[in-house]
Amino acid sequence: MTRHLLSAADLSRDDALLILDTATELARLADRPIKKLPTLRGRTIVNLFFEDSTRTRSSFEAAAKRLSADVINFSAKGSSVSKGESLKDTALTLEAMGADGVVIRHEASGAPHRLAGWIKGCVVNAGDGTHEHPTQALLDAFTMRRHLGNLDGRRVAIVGDVLHSRVARSNVLLLRTLGADVTVVAPPTLLPVGIDGWSCAYSYDLDAVLPKTDVVMMLRVQRERMNASYFPNAREYSRRYGLDAARMAVLPDHAIVMHPGPMNRGMEIAAEVADSERSVIVEQVTNGVSVRMAVLYLLLGGSESAIGMEPLPAELTGAEGGAT
Amino acid sequence: MTAAHQHQRQNDQSDQPAMPREVLAAPDMSRALTRIAHEILERTHGGADVLLLGIPTRGVGLARRLAERMSAVENRVVPVGSLDITMYRDDLRIRPPRPLARTEVPGNGVGGMVVVLVDDVLFSGRTVRAALDALGELGRPRAVQLAVLIDRGHRELPIKADYVGKNLPTSVREQVTVLIEELDGRDAVLLGPASSSAQGGDVR
Repeated sequence: MTRHLLSAADLSRDDALLILDTATELARLADRPIKKLPTLRGRTIVNLFFEDSTRTRSSFEAAAKRLSADVINFSAKGSSVSKGESLKDTALTLEAMGADGVVIRHEASGAPHRLAGWIKGCVVNAGDGTHEHPTQALLDAFTMRRHLGNLDGRRVAIVGDVLHSRVARSNVLLLRTLGADVTVVAPPTLLPVGIDGWSCAYSYDLDAVLPKTDVVMMLRVQRERMNASYFPNAREYSRRYGLDAARMAVLPDHAIVMHPGPMNRGMEIAAEVADSERSVIVEQVTNGVSVRMAVLYLLLGGSESAIGMEPLPAELTGAEGGAT
Repeated sequence: MTAAHQHQRQNDQSDQPAMPREVLAAPDMSRALTRIAHEILERTHGGADVLLLGIPTRGVGLARRLAERMSAVENRVVPVGSLDITMYRDDLRIRPPRPLARTEVPGNGVGGMVVVLVDDVLFSGRTVRAALDALGELGRPRAVQLAVLIDRGHRELPIKADYVGKNLPTSVREQVTVLIEELDGRDAVLLGPASSSAQGGDVR
C-alpha cells in the first residue's frame, strides 16, 4: 500500500511525533562536513510545481538531494501544460519516467488527492489552492517545539488572511493533533464560512488575543487570490491586524513570532518585528529542509511508508470478513 | 557445546515454549568489560587519542562503561559518543523506515583519532559495515577498531572484532539479547529461540 502526505489530518499524533523526532536528528546533519546521506540513492523524486514558489520548491529539492535522491524539477511554465496537457497526462508521463515520489503544488484545492489516485508513487502535497500545506505545518510545529518544548496546552494565534490560507488550515489540524490550543484571528471577511467546524477558537480582536499567546503566526494577505475587496485599504488592515513593535511588546516574554513567508513588510508584519529577536522566520526556512527530509525518508526510505494515510477501512473497500 | 545440547533436550521435554536462558550474568558482563577496557589501553599504548563510539541502542551504554573504566585507569577523560547507522543500512529497502537515533561526536571530531566502535552483538557484520560508511562521512580517523560484548558467529562479510567480551557459538535460529542496566533495569546476556525472544527483545 503506497501512502501519501496529502493533509495534516492524515497524520496521527504518533506519525507527527515520529516525523518531528526524525527531523530533530536530521537537523544535526547541518553541523557535519558532509551534509549528505545515501538513504534514497536510486530513488527519483519529481517536483511538480504548477504555482510559483521559491522556498518550498528549493526546500524540497535540497531535502531530496541531501538524501541522495535524483530530483526532476517540473514547473508549469515552459512545459507541455502551457500547451494544454491535463494534470493526469502530465502525471502519467512523469510516472513513465520512473518517479518514486511526486511533490506537487497546484492552484486547485484537491489536485494532490486526484493525483494520488492515478499514480503508483507516493504523493506529497506541497500546497494545493486554499486547502492544505502539510509540510509547512510540520516545520512550524518543529520550530515551535525547538523553542517551547512540548506543545500540549501551548496557545498559538494564527493571524491574518485565514480565508485564503492553506497554511492556517494545515496548522490548525496538526497543532490540534499535537495538543496545542489554536486561535485564528482575522477580520470577519477573511474567515472561512465553516470556521465554526474547525477545531480552534476564533476572534476578530488581535489586541485581546496577544497577551495570552505563546506563538503568534502572521499570514500574508493573498492579494492574488482575492477577487473582491475584503477590507477597505491596506493601511486600515495593517492598523488593526498588523504586528508592529507596540503589539509585540504585549506578548509574554517567551513568545515567538512566525511567518510562513513570503512577507509583506509593513502590511501584516512591521520590519522591526520581522527582524527582532523574537522572530524565528529565517529559522523556519532552515527547519523546512530537515522536516522535508524526514517526510521523504519516512515515505520513501523503506519497503513501505512509515507515516501518512491509513489504508481505507474494510467496509469502504468492499473487502469481506470482519475486523481483525 | 554439550551444555547447549543438554539445554536443547530440556527444552524439548517441556511443553512450555523455550525460555531464553542467561549466558552471561551481571558480574560476568562487568568483568568482560573491564578486560576489554584494559585491552584497548594496552593495544593503543594508553589510549591517548582513542575515541569510543557506541552504536545505538545498547552499544552506546556499553561504550560509556568502557570509557568510565578506561578513564579510571588512566586518570583522564576518555571521550565517548554515539554513531547512528540507520541511514546507512543495506536492508533499508526491505523493511519499513526505522526511527533515527542520535549521532554525537565529542571534541574535535573523528579526524586523526583511533576510533573504537562499540556494539553489543556481532552477528552478520552488516551493522559494522554500515558503521564504517557512516564514520567515513564524519571524517578520516587514523584507525578504526571494533569492540563487541558478544561474538555469536555467522558472519556474512569479511569483518572481525578486535576486542570480544565472549565468543558465543549459536544457531542462526537463536536470538541473543543483551540487557543493560540503563535501559532494561539489569545487566545480562540471554540466549533464546528467535521466535519468542526476538519479539520480547525488540519491545523492551
